[in-house]
Order: sequence, then structure tokens, then C-alpha cells
Amino acid sequence: MADILALKVNDKDNVATIFANDVKAGMSVNIRDKKGNSVPEKLRADIPYGHKVAVKPIKKGEPIIKYGEEIGVAIADILVGDYVHVHNLDSQRARGDLEGQEV
Amino acid sequence: MNFMGYVRPDGKAGSRNYVAVIPSVVCANEVVDAIVSQTINTKGLLHHQGCCQLPPDLDRVTDTLIALGLHPNAGAVLIVSLGCEGTDVEKLYHTIKASGKPVEVIGIQDLGGMTNAIAAGVKAAQKLSMAISGILRQPVDISNYIMGIKCGGSDATSGLASNCVIGYVADKIVDLGGTVVFGETTEFIGAEHILARRGVTPEVGEKIYEKVAAMEARAKSLGCDMRKGQPTPGNIAGGLSSIEEKSLGAIVKSGTKPIQGVLEYTDIVTDEKGLWIKDTPGREIEILTGMAATGAQCILFSTGRGAPQGFPILPVLKICGNPNTYEHMQNDMDINAGRIIEGRASIEEVGEEAFAQLLRILSGEQTKGETIKYSQSMDIYTMGPVI
Repeated sequence: MADILALKVNDKDNVATIFANDVKAGMSVNIRDKKGNSVPEKLRADIPYGHKVAVKPIKKGEPIIKYGEEIGVAIADILVGDYVHVHNLDSQRARGDLEGQEV
Repeated sequence: MNFMGYVRPDGKAGSRNYVAVIPSVVCANEVVDAIVSQTINTKGLLHHQGCCQLPPDLDRVTDTLIALGLHPNAGAVLIVSLGCEGTDVEKLYHTIKASGKPVEVIGIQDLGGMTNAIAAGVKAAQKLSMAISGILRQPVDISNYIMGIKCGGSDATSGLASNCVIGYVADKIVDLGGTVVFGETTEFIGAEHILARRGVTPEVGEKIYEKVAAMEARAKSLGCDMRKGQPTPGNIAGGLSSIEEKSLGAIVKSGTKPIQGVLEYTDIVTDEKGLWIKDTPGREIEILTGMAATGAQCILFSTGRGAPQGFPILPVLKICGNPNTYEHMQNDMDINAGRIIEGRASIEEVGEEAFAQLLRILSGEQTKGETIKYSQSMDIYTMGPVI
């Protein structure tokens, strides 16, 4: 089957973005960096197109890094291959689905 | 590293050699149109301002038109005035004239109406066009390049493909001693702390916070909270988890270099090279004008949905992050950055390709938009009421 692609924009990033449809837990994904180098990784969850997968272990309370910058903080321990989104990432600035709540 | 440019009397280098025909006020647009259609190598800088506005806005209009007249792609300038406008035509004429380039001014009321003004304007434009027609391109160091940046018609690919490519080129231009300017203040919301950290001094950081706060306050004065509900439910469904992530996807096009300072909308860049912010909105017509006023000789424009706009006197290079849009709009899109999300090319590979094409375009090769005259996206960003 065709390679499943996930893009990692910055070397500091601990997440990558999936660019493939019907991506399921147990599948292998190629984590591709800015230079085009790929590293395979096994997925621990189903992940939709355009959503993020963890490429490094992230402990609860640690920053989640994309574009080399902090996009939020982990609110649970995250393992390599886990799906990363609003269920385990908390914004430090604003999050649309938490409108009116303190974040 | 060189490009082949037109060196002007003030030492600046252009990527094009046009007579800029500038209406001092919206009411002169038709006359400018007629002059431009009858002559070659003339470009009309049509806009909708210059009258019945508060003094600070009239100053913005005058200063923006001055900056455009001083643009190195304008080898000569013809100003078309109505006669009763609010724009300071004297200041416009004399400031551009002082740069050493040929400038003429005609007045519609002075000359006895539209037909006489068109006749006088065509004669003046002919003379100016001939005067600059023999100027030859010569090697100019790339450090003389001012890169403008814009992102429009974005989709999920923009933040991971086309914006990353522009960020790559931006870093490269700064490393080569050039200047890069990015804007779209509204998109800083949520990532202003990250931009502020990149300021060369704490004052630059404070200025960034100030500009974002001013933009939000203007929206609030109309009862709109720009921060509320960000990222939108649609963004979250698309994979964006926080406002930081959304804003970073936009500002990744600025690259990674320190930010030298914040320019006002009408400012031309100083001799200080490096990465700058310009306080602009995101809408194409106003930001392209703001970037042109900065002195940018080519604007790099990232898109996903397929934004085709261009500017009258300079090339706008279209970098498309969505491979389907690129296939579908090949006559408008210059570079297919969609290969990145297909896994067929890396950010670095497409970045190098864009840089090579940029050098050729600065030296005279045309963009797709230029050849089909998709080049009228211009207007001046004003703040106050029309009276």
C-alpha cells in the first residue's frame, strides 16, 4: 500500500501532521522532515487527514511543539504514535471549543 | 549573488521599468485608464481614496502615493490630479521629483475637463515612456531586494506547504543581506507573544503587542471580538487544536529570523536590512499596496484555494500549497508547493525552486499573473469615516 505521509516542519517539533485519508491505529506512517528525510512510526490511534500525531513522548504538563514553537500544553501523558488534539492539548491563549471557560 | 535590475537615480533597484500613472484621487481614475490604454509601459495605480476623508487618512493617502511613486519599479511618474481633492498633490509631486526620477503632473479642472486631460496625459506619458525606454538592466546585489509576503485564500495546506516555502525563502533572503517584510496584523492574534520574543529589542516586542491591541480595539469598537471562538469549530474539525497553532501556520511564512522593527502602513523600509513587520490588514488590495509602498520589487504570495490577485507595477509570485488547486488553476499559480503534502518534494526542495524562480523574475521573467494582466489589486488602507 502507498506510504502514509506525516509532515514535521521543524526539528524541534514533537508532533507531525498527517496527510492521508483513512489512517487507522496500527498502521505505519512516514514522518517526513523539512529536508525530506523520513522515519517510520507506528500509529496508536485513528487520525483524520490534517490532524496531528505525536513523534516524541510528551509528559503531562509539557509543551506541545509545532513550527518549533509551543502550540499548547499536554493535559495527559502522550506516547509516540498517539493522536494529539483538543482532548489532550490545552491552549495557553485561546481555544474555540472552551469559550467562556478559563484555560 | 545578483539579479538584473534597473538602477534608479536614488540608488534603488527595480525589477520592472514602468511609467507609474498615479491618480491623486478616485475621481481621476477614468483619465488614468485612458492614458494607460493609449501608451505602452505605463501602469495605472488606481484607488478609491483622496477626498472627503479626515486629515489623518488624507495624510495616509498622500504618503502611500508618495511611497508608490518612489518605488524603484517606477522609472518615471505621471500624476493625474482633479484639482479640488484632499490629497496633497504639491507634496506628492515634489517628494517624488526630489528622488531624481522624471515626474509630470496634469490637472483635469486646470486643463478644461476629461478630454483635454486625456490628450495632455497621453502626450506626457509618451514623453516619459520614451525617456525611460532605453534604460538597461544591470547586475544588482540581492541585498537590494525587498521581499514582500502575503497569504490569501488559505486552506489546510497553507500552514504546512506554501507558507513553509515562503518562510524558507525569507530566511535565505535575510542571510544574503536582503530585506523581508510581512504583515497581516490580524493573524498575529494568539501568537503575538512568540513574535514579540523574536523582536531585536524589548521595544520591538512592545510595538507588536501594541499593533495587535489596536487592531482588536478597532474591531471591538464595532462590537466584534476577534479573539472569541478561535480557532473556529471548522478549524478544530480540520485539525487545528489552538489559536497558537492557527496563527503560527500563518506567521511561519516570515521564516525564523529576528524582527528588526514594525513599519507603519505608509513606511518605506529603511537601509536597515533583515526581517520587518508592516502593520497591514489581510485583504489583498490593501496589503499588496502596503507591501508595494515598502519598496518590495516582488511579492511572494501563498495560497491554497487559489487567490489570483496581482499588483500594477510589480510581479506577485503565486505559491500554491494545494496540489488540486494547482492542477485546476495552472494559468494563475506559479509554483506547485502541493508536492510537499503529496510527499513528492521537501520544503527545502520547493524553497530552492521558488528562490531560483524569484531571481529570474526579479531579472525580468514574467509571472503567470503578469502575462494575463491580473494586476489591479490595489487600494489604500484607511482608518476613519468617509465624510
